[in-house]
Amino acid sequence: MAFLRHIWLIPLLPALGALTQLLAGRRLSNRAVSIVSVGLPGLAFLWALGCFAELLKLAAPTYLTNLYTWLPAGPFRLANGSLAQLNVPVGFQLDPLSAVMLLIVTGVGFVIHVYSIGYMGHEGGYYRFFGYMNLFLFSMLILVLADNYLMMFAGWEGVGLCSYFLIGFYFQRKSAADAGKKAFIVNRIGDAGFLLGVMLITVTFGTLNFQQITEAARSGQFALGNGTLTAICVLLFVGATGKSAQIPLYVWLPDAMEGPTPVSALIHAATMVTAGVYMVARSNALFVLAPKAMLLVAAIGAATALWAASIGLVQNDIKRVLAYSTVSQLGYMFLACGVGAFAAGIFHVMTHAFFKALLFLGAGSVIHALGGEQDMRKMGGLRRKIPITFATFVVGTLAISGIPGFAGFFSKDEILWQAFSSPYGHRLLWFIGWATAGLTAFYMFRLLFMTFAGESRVDAEVAHHLHESPWTMLGPLVVLAVLSVVGGYINWPTERFGHFLEPVFESPFRAAGVQLYGRNDELGLMVLSVAVALAGLGYAWLIYVKRPGLRERLAEPPGILHQILLNKYYVDELYDALFVNRAKNLGNLLAAFDLAVVDGGVNAAGWLTRTSGDLSRFWDKWVIDGLVNVLGFGIKVLSYPVRVIQTGVVQTYAFFIALGVAIFLGYYLVHFRP
Amino acid sequence: MTPVQALDFIRVLPEIVLASCAILVMVAEPFVSARHTAALAWVSLIGIVAAGAGNAWMRRFSGPAFGGSIAADPFASYFVYLLLLAAALTLLGSVRYLETNQVHHGEFYALLLLGTTGACLMVAATELIMIFIGLEISSISTYILAGFRRADKRSNEACLKYFLLGSFATAFLLYGIAFIYGLTGTTNLVQLSEKLSAPGARPPLLWIALILAFVGLGFKVSTVPFHIWTPDVYQGAPAPVTAFLSVAPKAAAFAVILRVFLGGLASAGALVFWLLWISALLTMCLGNLAALWQTNIKRLLAYSAIAHAGYVLVGMAAAKAAGPEAGEGIASVLFYLAAYALMNVAAFILVAHLAGAGERYQEADDCTGLAYQRPGVAACLTLLLVSLSGFPATAGFFAKFYVFRAAIHAHLIGLTLVAVLNSVVAVYYYLRVVVAMYMREGNPRASASPLPWPLGAALALSLVGIFYLGLFPTPFVRLANLAASPLP
Repeated sequence: MAFLRHIWLIPLLPALGALTQLLAGRRLSNRAVSIVSVGLPGLAFLWALGCFAELLKLAAPTYLTNLYTWLPAGPFRLANGSLAQLNVPVGFQLDPLSAVMLLIVTGVGFVIHVYSIGYMGHEGGYYRFFGYMNLFLFSMLILVLADNYLMMFAGWEGVGLCSYFLIGFYFQRKSAADAGKKAFIVNRIGDAGFLLGVMLITVTFGTLNFQQITEAARSGQFALGNGTLTAICVLLFVGATGKSAQIPLYVWLPDAMEGPTPVSALIHAATMVTAGVYMVARSNALFVLAPKAMLLVAAIGAATALWAASIGLVQNDIKRVLAYSTVSQLGYMFLACGVGAFAAGIFHVMTHAFFKALLFLGAGSVIHALGGEQDMRKMGGLRRKIPITFATFVVGTLAISGIPGFAGFFSKDEILWQAFSSPYGHRLLWFIGWATAGLTAFYMFRLLFMTFAGESRVDAEVAHHLHESPWTMLGPLVVLAVLSVVGGYINWPTERFGHFLEPVFESPFRAAGVQLYGRNDELGLMVLSVAVALAGLGYAWLIYVKRPGLRERLAEPPGILHQILLNKYYVDELYDALFVNRAKNLGNLLAAFDLAVVDGGVNAAGWLTRTSGDLSRFWDKWVIDGLVNVLGFGIKVLSYPVRVIQTGVVQTYAFFIALGVAIFLGYYLVHFRP
Repeated sequence: MTPVQALDFIRVLPEIVLASCAILVMVAEPFVSARHTAALAWVSLIGIVAAGAGNAWMRRFSGPAFGGSIAADPFASYFVYLLLLAAALTLLGSVRYLETNQVHHGEFYALLLLGTTGACLMVAATELIMIFIGLEISSISTYILAGFRRADKRSNEACLKYFLLGSFATAFLLYGIAFIYGLTGTTNLVQLSEKLSAPGARPPLLWIALILAFVGLGFKVSTVPFHIWTPDVYQGAPAPVTAFLSVAPKAAAFAVILRVFLGGLASAGALVFWLLWISALLTMCLGNLAALWQTNIKRLLAYSAIAHAGYVLVGMAAAKAAGPEAGEGIASVLFYLAAYALMNVAAFILVAHLAGAGERYQEADDCTGLAYQRPGVAACLTLLLVSLSGFPATAGFFAKFYVFRAAIHAHLIGLTLVAVLNSVVAVYYYLRVVVAMYMREGNPRASASPLPWPLGAALALSLVGIFYLGLFPTPFVRLANLAASPLP
């Protein structure tokens, strides 16, 4: 039990790394910085593995350890009038859910740290980068290992802060500094919701401890659809939409790509953005009792998945495609949570961490090879030049597209099946998820083909310097590629992963006594989703590899070509006219719109947020400015007597002291003496 | 009157050690060449540490001394530690400061030690005359310290203002003490408490005595309207002296207020509560509002010190309102003062360094862009200001938290609301300095020389303390509760 007993070491190790870098990093050589800041997360990963092994041997599913009481808040009155004692400890909770997250964060985190040695090697501020990365790991581990909402919130704020630092890492570049600010401010909106939710939990349950809240929620004292619980869940979910980039707060994530690529991989793909999913899954006992909130989560998740995927169809910046893809995949995870399939959501968190980290790091390797170029129109034909990057990238693309045999297939299929069959699910939700799967396959293979296939469109100057990345970068790619394949078999053919998580998620189906559909139906759905993925793949192949000219011609008004293709491509034409062009137009529209939003600044996001942007501008202009002016005026007025009194003349001072005495005596004489 | 015993002397061991050390430093001063004046600083530091050790050792011998005029109890012991800490930090912060400003004389350390001695006597005294003597010892030393930069006009002005107004206010205290003696025939707090709690024994003019005594003590802790000297003196006095002034005499005077107004004169309930309540309200609001438009960092911190006194008074009002359960309020005050001592001394000695020779650069604008030139110093000042404004994970957060909690438990909801709003307002002016350091480009005029090691050590100690109290408050809260228990 040595590992578990000292589980506090896991967050502490990266914290030590951060402290070293931020205090003394300037004086250390790059080599020393790498050893400390990559070594310590490595140790943390090993320790996490030890903890995991010991957790499996435990009889109970949960290991709790309470270091000390941080906030002895004492007695206070609950909303229902009873007296409660609130003491918030620094305590760690390792159960199957946090164990999975722990391994993802430390494992993928360590791999990305190794990658950063190569990627950031030539950049200034090497120590600063690793200092913030270590600090991020510390905060994320606090978030994941916390045993109560307040500590989780502390970690939640910490990762937000580190994300801000790292997005704005190249702070000399205005766009990077602006993107950092945007992320920070948009997240703040979500955080306010989270904090309100936590406060409501405090006055409802009288505790912030996860286990106690879960027990109270499952004890049956709250009716299904209880108003307070619904409010709590909606508020918590508002927090999740901020951190996990869901409609309407997703706008910050594409901009966050201004940060260095390893940051995009670690923070904005694999770990931090899944914090919202983790938080919702952690609160599953509350959500299960609030069906309306569940429906909201599922609807927002599905809508975001489709929305972001459609935007991703037409982007030309390699990292932006991946960013929209991340938003879309996060939507899948919320869809899973919303239909009560928390385990499926977490499973997708894990597989997504593998393949999306792989894709981002692969994109980083491409960008590295091209000396900073991110525009896919200036790529092409790279597969022979950087073969290892290409090979691993193919694996990542296959995984995210849901091609059978790769990790993404298993998790995405599970989500779609649950959306279809769960009592919280709906066929419409399934259909949106299914359509998104097709779009996903299309845009990912479009990315793959534009980057690696066909003729090279690379500038001559850049082509001259083309080189495969060093092994510190390729090693992590290979590791993640392997994980992107084998990661799926954790839950197949037997549902090991689901069973492992079962103690955390009391099955909502069993509680509702619902008969699920048979496995044969699942097989049918599976065939459908594989078909749509292959269709997306095929279509991308058709217009980007097979007939590169087709793309241009499709945009032209149909002429003779239309007649020639009539017999052979009739179906294609129909689809083009009916769906693809529409989808592309829509994608263009959405992309243009998003661009406008980006230019418009932080306040506008989608039509919904644009309205709120106007509102907030109005609010800024009339209410905030007005308040500030009134406040300034008030302070001036109030400070006037202070200024008059503070003459600097000692006689005046003595007079005021005497006056003070007189007033005190006089007041007492009048008011207290009978 | 019992004859004086050896035990009596053991019970004032810290004061004896400090006074002896002060005399040693003063006598040795003429024999030490100017180059080696720093040695006297280290002798003084050893004296302070020895006094701390004495304070720890005499815990076994707690009890009254010198016929009940002094009490060696956990309450006194807590405050003696706090005062010694303030003295030690000030000393570490002043060594290089005195050199840079060419006023490196051994008397500084002797006066610092004597000022601390007086403050220690104040917190241990259970007899009004003894309190007065302690207050005078501490005051006279600090009057001189305020004018220690003789060549500087502002320092002279601060010294004179502090002296004149201080004497004026002390006269009120003495007048109050005389009234009390005349009304009850005793100046001993224990006897006073017994006499006043007897049924029907309340002398009719006691309220005049109370108000007069409160004026004298209120002057020391700068409660509105007796704060009027504070901004001028804090700004004019040498910054390390301000560091000491803003903590040691203030903490000692708070200890006296606790002992006198919640101990000896506790039975005069309504009046004391009203005095504390109205003072808390005025002090918080005026301190924070006035700080909002300050551009001079020393003056800003002076008003912030006034505001902090207001929060402490909220804790005291809570203790008074809670009646028999005053312990929580008193403990919150003790915790607050410890956190305040750590933050404030450190902030002032750091400002002393930044202001450079002759303290020319005291404006917030002088720190513009400091974060780019001296990231460590800027980070340090930021952490101190963040703690002063009460962010979580720092001592300032829990200090406020406990005071507000005590006030809520004592049902002072209105006062707590005002206090919370005040602490929100305060964030604005603290962060203004941070904004100047981090968000504006430019060359800082403030001293960019590296931190001297004694100052660095003092700051490191303070920051460790601030984060210790912010992350692991429970053991210290237990300590504060222990110290608060024997009071009323």
